[in-house]
Amino acid sequence: MRDGETPAGDLLVILRHGSHGTSWLREGLDAALVGAAFGREVALLFMGEGVLGLLEGQGQGALGQKGTGPTLEMLEMYDIEALYVEEQAMARYGLEQRDFLLAARHLDDTAIAELVERHALVLTF
Amino acid sequence: MRYAILLMGAPYSDQASHSALRFARALLARGHRLETVFFYHDGVYNAARLAAPPQDEPHLVDGWAALNAEHGVTLQVCIAAALRRGLMDEREASRHGKSGYSVEAPFELTGLGQLIDLGLQCDRLVTFGP
Repeated sequence: MRDGETPAGDLLVILRHGSHGTSWLREGLDAALVGAAFGREVALLFMGEGVLGLLEGQGQGALGQKGTGPTLEMLEMYDIEALYVEEQAMARYGLEQRDFLLAARHLDDTAIAELVERHALVLTF
Repeated sequence: MRYAILLMGAPYSDQASHSALRFARALLARGHRLETVFFYHDGVYNAARLAAPPQDEPHLVDGWAALNAEHGVTLQVCIAAALRRGLMDEREASRHGKSGYSVEAPFELTGLGQLIDLGLQCDRLVTFGP
């Protein structure tokens, strides 16, 4: 799932937090969904701790926080199909594609820089 | 240049709000145009009308309101992020059966779609966060 070219788009949302400790992941996903609902071409990049947000079974947290699993499953319905994950972070957390709820393209640092370059607007959460 | 600011840090907890306000002032002093400050995540607390900081500290809420009064900068607050944190204007308060309200003009509750449009229309969207 690697190659050099990543398509250009309107909005790139970078997710750098896991599911539960804070609301960053949820509020970042909300921004992506709204962008797509407004007809924008949206891509998601799961970076750093954010790669944990892609894991299977993102249910309700122990403290009653809403799970992000259902939101991730909605991405396709919103035509958000450009999903990327930081390769280095996957290695750091010992994760493989089969651990993820959705298929995402693995990007190295150079490819991430290109991805950022190709988007008119980048929001980081 | 046409600028917009996205603020995601809570006032007085993080440096983000102070930095954003000073950045806004610096932009305007240089003759740039600042269209909007958009408040999201914990940044929505900057719109709390009941904020009463000690008198020898900068009053951030008044600082934002002054930007609006002097330069017509619109102050947009994400409604979903605001409501779940107890920030709402008079209309939302009555809709939710609350006896008081915590957001007033010139701050306006709006949707995230505004943030996306803003980011794509302005020359620069600068984010301040914790």
